[in-house]
Formats: sequence, structure tokens, C-alpha cells
Amino acid sequence: MKAEAIKERLKDRIVNWCKHSERRIYITISPKDVKEVISSLFGDLHLRFITASGQHIQGGLEILYHFSFDQTGEIFSLRVLIKNEKKPEIESITPVIKGAEWIEREIWEMLGINFVGHPNLKRLLLSDEWPEGKYPLRQKDS
Amino acid sequence: MSHKIVIPLGPHHPLQEEPAFFELSVEGEKVTDIDITVGYVHRGIEKLSESKHFDQVPFLVERICGICSSSHPYAFVLAVEDMLGGEKNIVPERALYIRTIIEELQRIHSHLLWLGLAGHFLGYDTLWMWAWRYREPVLDCFEMITGNRQNYAIFKVGGVRHNIRDEDIPIIKKTIGDLTKVVDMFCGAITDDPVIKARLKGVGVLTKQEAIEWCVVGPTARASGINIDVRRDDPYGIYDQINWNVIVKEEGSVFAKIQVRILELYESINIICQCLEKMPEGEINTEIKDIPIGEGIGRIEAPRGECLHYVRSDGTNRPIRHKIRAPSYMNVPSNKTTVVGETICDAAIILAAVDPCYSCTDRTIVLDRITDKKVLNGWDLIELSRKKTKELRRNFKSILK
Repeated sequence: MKAEAIKERLKDRIVNWCKHSERRIYITISPKDVKEVISSLFGDLHLRFITASGQHIQGGLEILYHFSFDQTGEIFSLRVLIKNEKKPEIESITPVIKGAEWIEREIWEMLGINFVGHPNLKRLLLSDEWPEGKYPLRQKDS
Repeated sequence: MSHKIVIPLGPHHPLQEEPAFFELSVEGEKVTDIDITVGYVHRGIEKLSESKHFDQVPFLVERICGICSSSHPYAFVLAVEDMLGGEKNIVPERALYIRTIIEELQRIHSHLLWLGLAGHFLGYDTLWMWAWRYREPVLDCFEMITGNRQNYAIFKVGGVRHNIRDEDIPIIKKTIGDLTKVVDMFCGAITDDPVIKARLKGVGVLTKQEAIEWCVVGPTARASGINIDVRRDDPYGIYDQINWNVIVKEEGSVFAKIQVRILELYESINIICQCLEKMPEGEINTEIKDIPIGEGIGRIEAPRGECLHYVRSDGTNRPIRHKIRAPSYMNVPSNKTTVVGETICDAAIILAAVDPCYSCTDRTIVLDRITDKKVLNGWDLIELSRKKTKELRRNFKSILK
């Protein structure tokens, strides 16, 4: 039921809709729509933000924002691909969801994605001695 | 005249399993701001996991946490089984029962451990001794089933590694059955105690709205009136075929969090007894040869809340990405709301109430910003917390007289 509501709400912002298994749905959207889409999922459709996961793949840096709808046990993962590897940037969702503060800091230090509008973008896990501009989860050959 | 003082709490304490550093800004007795620093035990497990094959990863992720050491391997194997078509379609029924029993045994030992620590911080050392004493038989059950008190090495993709022997079942039943009386005792000692009530009711309140904003999970969320539990909402193991209840309290205070955890102990005992009754004979493992290209998400209800693993495979024998989200990652930041506005003597128990891998007070020092003179250390803080309990106890006595 929630899937229909999300389809209805996001309409043409959905680039790709993929149901991997009964309760796991992956939705591809464009990076420019992130904040708007997440505001409506979290604020209007009352999905719970679980976490985000970043990955360096061929063609850019990918972020998956995982949301849970607990009444049906479904996980909706929003997939976003940032193509600019030299200076990757995306709008921060922390102003909308307080609980996203840490994970955005983590993705920033691990993959070097700049979250524009994050209120407190500083290191979370890496020590202060870790060299600037080196990102542990980036693939080496790029 | 009030001084603005910064109190560093942590990062190391012999009582806690993971260090974190809380910087409390204090005006007089009131906490006005908190800054949380983590990362002291960052071991790069997500990166390390990319260099292990799928059979090795459960052993690696088991070592993320010493208390809920079966939660991470379970969430990981669920993520891989999600790629293979779902847990229910691959794993033999008996293995599902064993997985459920292990999960619930773990919840009992973890909640008892936390109760003990909470008692210790409040100055109820008897409670600490009791809780840890009654936790021992649970660990003995683990040792009987898996050979280990911790890091059970029982989970694998496709099933479990150890069977529960028929001759062990009556012993486990008796051990777990005996715990019901123990939990009754805790109920009496904690939830009916007027001093603990006065000490913890209305302290460190996380309202429902704040809980939604911080996206908290597990007992922390359920104590704030959010009715979520992965065991019911996205069932795994055999939870959908067992009768049990999700415990929800509305108040959001430290007291509500204690209540939720104690009542969950009854549910866990109930689940284990039903599982042992219903467990069928049969295989405990299915051989899995290849992991296909794809991605999967597995999540379980760990003692502290939802634990999520995301795994992506490129068809080789190693994951190319493995994201781990432990429950404390969402629960600890909510302290920014709960501690601010409370007094210093309540800070230790409030920070501990989310059951983080514990707030560390041993190396606590209070520095006066003007003179840099040391005013309080960690033990002084615990003393402050205990003194408040003692005073309350005295006042209650005088009222009763």
C-alpha cells in the first residue's frame, strides 16, 4: 500500500523502480531531487530513516538512503548517483532529519562527498591524524 | 555566581565495552549543552569485510560488539540470504528455531547486564550483583549450545553451525524457566521501589516527536511510545509463528526504558520456551555454493534495537560493499536532547539509559575554565549520582515514619 502512495507522491521524479524481494524496494532518483523527495517521505509519508550507505562504483559515487515503513516491514532504498568524482556534492538531509547527522559526517570522511548545508560537517570516526583528501572507501584505481 | 563549566565524560571506563566521549557544558547543576565524540574503537570493519569471503565475514562482524555478538552475524547472513531468495526459502526449519533461541538468549543476557550497570550507577550495587549473578546461567546455556560464552560462531549463510542436542533441552528449559522468578524479583526491586521511581521518573525524557526526529530504535524508541519491533514488523527466524508481545511505554523517561527492558525479559523467556517445545527434528544447514550478483538488506532486532546490514556482491566470493548500521548509532545522538536541561548527577544514568556501549565516567575531570583547576573526577560524578539516591531514600524514610 505504501509503495503506491510513494509512487503517487514522487511521480516523475522516479528514474527507476525496482522490487528486489517482497519487502525490499530500490528507487533511483536524481541527486538534485534528494532533499525534496526525502522531506516528503519522512515528513508526509512518515517513513523512518534507517541509515544511508555510500559506495564508489564505476561511473561515480552512489548513495543509498534506506527508509523503513514499519507497519508493513518494507525497506525503501533511494538510490542516487553523483557523477562528478572530482568534486562530489549533494544537498544535506540533516536539516530535515536530525538522525542523519552522523551518517552524513561518516560518508563525508569515508568517501569525500560534500553535504551542502550540513550544520556540523566534521570528522566522526577517523582520527585527526588521518591525512586530508584521502578517503578510505574510494576505489584505488580511479 | 554561576560558572560555565565543561565536563569531559570519558572516553574510557573499565565498565563499558566501547568508549565514547561526552563533553558536557554545565551552568551550575544544569547541563546546557553536550558534544559527543566517537571513533575510538573504529577498526575499519566495513573495509576489512571486503577482503573476506562470505563464509569468513560472520566471524569478523561477530567481533563488532561483545554483548550482542550474534546480532551482527545474523543480520549479515539475512542480507546474503535476501540475495538468494529469502531466509525462509533456504534455511531448514530447525535452524530457524535455533537462530531464534540464540537471539532471545542474547537479549536476556544483554538486558540483565544493562540492568546491573544501571543499578551500579544509581548506587544499588545489590542490583548489580543480582543481575550479573543471574546472567551467568544464561551464558552457561550459550556455552552448552555453541561452546562459547561470547562470540558464538553459530551463524552461517544457509543455516547454523551447531545443533541443540536433545539431552541439553531439559537443562535449557529449567535454566530459562527459573529466570521467571528472578525477573519477578527485579520487577519488585526496581519498578515497585518508591526511591527508584522518584529517582528516574521524568528524568531524561525523550518525547515521541523527538524520538521520531532522531530516528531512534529498539527499547529507546519503544519507551517513547513508538510501536516498532523488527521481530514483528519484518519477521525473520521463527518469530511469526510464536505468540509474544511488543512492549511499549509512553513516558520516554529512564524509568520507562527500565520497564520496557524488564518486561521484554518475560517475553524472551516465553519465546525460548515456545521454541524449545515446537522445535522440529531435521537438518540445520543448506549448502550454498555461489552468491549471485546483486544486493541485499538484512535487519534484526538486536537487544538495543534494529541492526541493519547492506551487502552487495559482484558474483565473486567476497562482498564488494558491506554497510553496517548498529542500533547505538541512532540512539546515542538522541542524548543531545535528553541530557540537556537535566542535572549533572542524572547525566550518567541518562547517557546510560539508551544502553550504549556505556557512558564512561572513570576519566572524568571537571576543569574550571578560568583557572583550569581540577574540581571533580569520574568517581566524584558516580558519588554525586549515588548521593542523590541516598538522600531520596532518607527522605522517604522520614515520610514513612
